[in-house]
Amino acid sequence: MTAEITRLTAAQMAAKLAAGEITSVELVRAHLDRIDAVDGGEAGLNAFIHVSRDEALATAEEVDAVRAAGGAEAEALHPLAGVPIAVKDLIVTVGQPTTAGSRMLEDWVSPYDATVVERIRAAKLPILGKTNLDEFAMGSSTEHSAYGVTRNPWDTDRIPGGSGGGSAAAVAAFEAPLALGTDTGGSIRQPGAVTGTVGTKPTYGSVSRYGAIAMASSLDQIGPVARTTEDAALLHELIAGHDPKDSTSLPDEVPAFGAAARTTDVSGLRIGVIKQLQGEGYQEGVLARFQESLDALRAAGAEIVEVDCPSFEHALSAYYLIMPSEASSNLARFDGVRYGTRVEPEDGPLTIERVMGATRAAGFGDEVKRRIILGTYALSAGYYDAYYGSAQKVRTLIQRDFAAAFEQADVLISPTAPTVAFPLGEKLDDPLAMYLNDVATIPANLAGIPGISVPGGLASDGDGAALPVGIQFLAPAREDARVYRAAGALEALLSADAEPLWARAPELPTAAAQTAGE
Amino acid sequence: MSEISRADVEHLAKLAHISMTDEELTTMAGELDVIVDSVKKVSEAVDADVPATSHPLPLTNVFRRDEVGEMLTAEQALSNAPDAEDGRFKVPAILDEE
Repeated sequence: MTAEITRLTAAQMAAKLAAGEITSVELVRAHLDRIDAVDGGEAGLNAFIHVSRDEALATAEEVDAVRAAGGAEAEALHPLAGVPIAVKDLIVTVGQPTTAGSRMLEDWVSPYDATVVERIRAAKLPILGKTNLDEFAMGSSTEHSAYGVTRNPWDTDRIPGGSGGGSAAAVAAFEAPLALGTDTGGSIRQPGAVTGTVGTKPTYGSVSRYGAIAMASSLDQIGPVARTTEDAALLHELIAGHDPKDSTSLPDEVPAFGAAARTTDVSGLRIGVIKQLQGEGYQEGVLARFQESLDALRAAGAEIVEVDCPSFEHALSAYYLIMPSEASSNLARFDGVRYGTRVEPEDGPLTIERVMGATRAAGFGDEVKRRIILGTYALSAGYYDAYYGSAQKVRTLIQRDFAAAFEQADVLISPTAPTVAFPLGEKLDDPLAMYLNDVATIPANLAGIPGISVPGGLASDGDGAALPVGIQFLAPAREDARVYRAAGALEALLSADAEPLWARAPELPTAAAQTAGE
Repeated sequence: MSEISRADVEHLAKLAHISMTDEELTTMAGELDVIVDSVKKVSEAVDADVPATSHPLPLTNVFRRDEVGEMLTAEQALSNAPDAEDGRFKVPAILDEE
């Protein structure tokens, strides 16, 4: 029983909780057991940096007590009350550490909750813990974490994507049914693609960013991670909405995303295939699954058109100038004065400037230093117009391309990532090759529009077993419901004759088996 | 031609307050050179008359009344400080002198 309940979808868990068939304590215990079994040890997934056992069980007991008592309070419970969730360790939480995957925040505990965490607590979702990520969300493989790499549940010698590899791996491996991620250039969608899970980057401003440690403020967005489109939509509904604490938060009503995800009808939906996001650089297997998805959608009545977005050629370059520029400014706050690590230089005079230099040298990892220096360069006198200025102009061109594309199509489609999960270590010494993982996800961040990644089947890169491929849908700003409708439809079409992809992940070695093998 | 020299990185690291060893400076110069060489073509991709976009959605500034709201106590604000004294953050000497 306990092993089986972790394999339910969040919506199914919610229904069983409401019907009194299971309790939240049972659900939380089952997930904590699963974390104990697969997350630790040498070969463990390491999806979690911190597990919050007592707090999760206390919340679960509270929900169960309210349900047992019945009456108005039980009626008023949020539909997801009692369904456990994991939180990316970039999002601040009272009572649990928030490291951002960095030595800089090793012992730091936030004195306040992020708005999304407040909403999760108010809705009484037990928080299982904080998930691993590339340091300060800078990376595409979760290898740049100061707390060790996270492994892909489909092949533990491969990357789980990044920066939100911990959230994606936790959800794929049934350690949590839901998780929160952040997406600056693809950090929710690309891990979703390579782990066979669903991840949404909402419209910029749809979900409050208050309490997400900032990397690039004009690009960062918090969003949901789940195994199904419906689950992602339900979590999005819960965390969306205006927040006066985030001045970029949209003052809009929250649409019924869950209902949109359940509308599996695509007849008459115009789907635009982005000419620039396929072909060279994309693996054969990825393109084959992409074509099959297009065929399935066409057969279901969607109208497939090709759209031309010529400026996307420069999106990656523009992103890798804008993001480091904003990051170099945002990360200036880690100075060893008000919070976080302080390191004193080993010799010489003890001045604040030298302490800052030593603190940031010891506290930041290589990728973070690389981006801060690159951003400092792009913003420096003499280069600003050519680099940062030009990148901002490219951003305008990309928005124009999207505007033209959405004249011809209701949603756009592409592979989420050019490749399936690659082996751990393969791109660690080649930053540029690592950056190419984000080529298909970055345009949405530059334009502020919503995007989702849903499983599109399995493909081999020619070297090992078949691994998940992600399909990305994009919609105009504030039209997040459209990506849920399209993704929900594709998910239903692809699992009509087969088990959904997330249910087909291979068995993982458990801690007990690991010990027995030693 | 090399875009970023070791001396450039040394200067940038000083601006960014990150102490770096000689080895780190050399490695970083090589890596940044490759990255900058790859991204610099953005300047050729745009005409002068294209407006710049700093933000994805058109937003107007948000104002609120200048009233004291719910906020952290001094104790909470100092709870993570590496060093504090008398309700203040404590730092090493600001000026490089005895």
